[in-house]
Formats: sequence, C-alpha cells, structure tokens
Amino acid sequence: MDKTTLDIWVGLFVAIGIAALMGLAMKVGNLTSNTLGETYSVYANYENIGGLKPRAPVKSSGVVVGRIDNIKFDTKAYQAVVTLKIDKRYPFPKDTFANIYTSGLLGEQYISLEAGGDDHFLKEGDRISKTQDAVVLEKLISQFLYNKATEEPKK
Amino acid sequence: MNPIFKILSNLGNQVTSRIWRLGSAARLFFLTLIYSGESFKRIHLTIREIYFTGVMSLIIIIVSAFFVGMVLGLQGYYTLQKYGSSESIGVLVALALLRELGPVVTALLFAGRAGTAITAEIGLMKATEQLSAMEMMAVSPIARIIGPRFWAGVISMPILASIFSMVGVMGGYLVAVPIIGVDHGAFWSQMNVNVDFRFDVVNGLIKSFVFGVACTIIALYEGFDAPPTAEGVSRATTRTVVTSSLTVLGLDFILTSFMIAH
Repeated sequence: MDKTTLDIWVGLFVAIGIAALMGLAMKVGNLTSNTLGETYSVYANYENIGGLKPRAPVKSSGVVVGRIDNIKFDTKAYQAVVTLKIDKRYPFPKDTFANIYTSGLLGEQYISLEAGGDDHFLKEGDRISKTQDAVVLEKLISQFLYNKATEEPKK
Repeated sequence: MNPIFKILSNLGNQVTSRIWRLGSAARLFFLTLIYSGESFKRIHLTIREIYFTGVMSLIIIIVSAFFVGMVLGLQGYYTLQKYGSSESIGVLVALALLRELGPVVTALLFAGRAGTAITAEIGLMKATEQLSAMEMMAVSPIARIIGPRFWAGVISMPILASIFSMVGVMGGYLVAVPIIGVDHGAFWSQMNVNVDFRFDVVNGLIKSFVFGVACTIIALYEGFDAPPTAEGVSRATTRTVVTSSLTVLGLDFILTSFMIAH
C-alpha cells in the first residue's frame, strides 16, 4: 500500500477516535452542562448538612443556578460552612432562604434557594443567614414518637 | 535424585526464569523509551504501524462494542425495571463502558488481534535473521522495529477504547430506546447528569493508555525473546495472549483501586 492511502486511513482512524472522545465528553459526560458562566461565591452555615457533597447542584425552583464549591467545618461555631458558586446571571436578594433538600426519596442532596423580598442582592463573599438543615430521618422519627407519647390518651 | 528435591529445583528454576524474563522485558521497555527519539525521526514507520495495529482492529472493536452495549442494555433493563428505575439504563450502560468494559475489553481484543500479530512478525524476523542483519548494518532494531510498533500500540489503544465506549453507548441506546421503549430524553439526560468527565471519561482514558503500554511491550518482548524456530514463535504468540490478558486484568484492579480511592 502506498504512503498516501496509508496516511488517509490513519488520519481517518485518529479523526474517528477524536470524534468518539468528543461524543463521550459532550453527549455522555457532563462537560457542557457543568460549565457555569461567571460565578459569584456566597457562604451558608448549617448545623447539619446530611449527605451534601461538593459539586452538588444549587437549584432555584428546580433550575440549576450554581454548584457547591466546597464544604468546610468551622471550629469556632461548630457548624458546617458551605461555599456556593452561583451563576452571575442569577442575582438573589439578601434574605434568600438556602435549604438542603433531597431529590426523590433516596436521591442526592442539593441546596434549594428560595428568593426573599429584599431590595439588595447578594454579592461576592456574602453570607446567607436564613438556612435550613438537612432532614435527618432519625430525628424525624424520634420527634414523631415524642409527639405520640405526649398526646392526650383517648378516653 | 530425590523426587521432592527435583520438584523444588524445578519450582526454583521456574521462579528465577520468570523474574529474569520480567527484568529483560523492563530493560526492553526502557531501551525503547531511550531510542524513541530516533524512532520518531522516521514518523512514517509509526504511522504504518498505527495502520496495522489500530485501523485493522477497528472492525472487531466496533462489532464487539455494539454487541456488548446491546447486551448491557438488555441485562440492565431486566434488573432495573424490577426497581422501577428503567430510565437509569443510560447511566448504567455509560458508566459500565467508560469505567471498565471499554478499556478492558479493548485491551483484551487488542492483545488477541494486534498483539499476536506483532509477536509473530518480530519472532519471524528474528528466525529469518533479519534483526541480526540490521544490527550488522549498524541500524538499531530497537529504534527501527520495536519503537514504531510500541508507539503505534500506545497511540492506538486509547483511540480504540474511546471508539469502543461510544459505539457501546449507541448499542445500548438502540436496545433501550427504540426496542424496549425507554424515554429518549430520560436516557440521555440521566446519563449526562451522572457521568462525570474527569472521573469517568478521563480515568477510562488513563486506564486504556496504561493497558496500551502493557499489551504492546509484552507482545514486543515475547516476539523479541522467542526461540528462532517455528515452534518457538507459535509458543511466544500463545504466551502473548495469556500474559497480556492476565496483566490487563491485574492492572485494572490496581488502577481502579487508585481511582476509586482518589
């Protein structure tokens, strides 16, 4: 086989390989959906974050508006400090609620932002003060049992 | 001679010869790396070898990937529908292919398709004293013969593995969406959300790169080391397949444990 045909076949082979890799990155992987535009970081403190993980989505009305950048533990307040990276296109008022919810019964946990009515918007480095912890199943059950026990016995 | 003594000496002989072979394979590997500058000067040799190892393996890779993907789709659906989550079938197919089956099955097929060809070719070159003739002409056989084949294998393997994974996903799609009737959007979006580029796609590529190095160097070494007889070459070819397959599976475990631990 002469050199040019060989080169064409090998070039084609490499091109198919690159196309497959692009397909895997774009269509199968999350390289495209994952990239937020410019972001701003805000912080939120929680007593308990449950199973929240870095890179988990930050949603508002179910739409992904950002991602969790990192989770640290504050030894002064003994609380978890979560850094949220939110897309610059979505400004949120200062009194926004940041609640930890679970998608589905056993799904992954995410932070849901519920906008308040403040005229001022959150800026880079601000702290969200209104947070709600993850629901811990054991706490829920013990609360339920406690309520049951304190109920007035039926006559 | 005492039979127990005989068994022991046999065992010791086996162990030392294995270690000796490992050492000389490692030496061949380093020599190949050292001489690779010289091999890259004649790049058309490497391109020629990519044609023989990579392009010629395309058919077997694509056909097997398609069937592997379709079987994954069927089996996955059968189990997932019991738990009412048949939409996750896309995730299952994609992760199984990207993380494990893509790199591993490609490496096994590569060892069978291209590795044996390399061993037989080099073994026969040695048997017909082509390698000695080259040395006589002051042409290093490592730079001229081994280097291009080594780099061709290392370049081809990740490309073949990516093609395998992509074709496998398409096979899974074909079974899940048009035949079984899983929702088209759910199939892709679930996959998109749960497959991470860094941890799944890139790790799969790293795996296939390592397998490429291992498979190619084993095939080259077995050919280089083969006794220059018809029987010797045939034995070397068999050993290539056995050693490459075991090495790939062993390396896969080691690499996976590193990647999962991150």
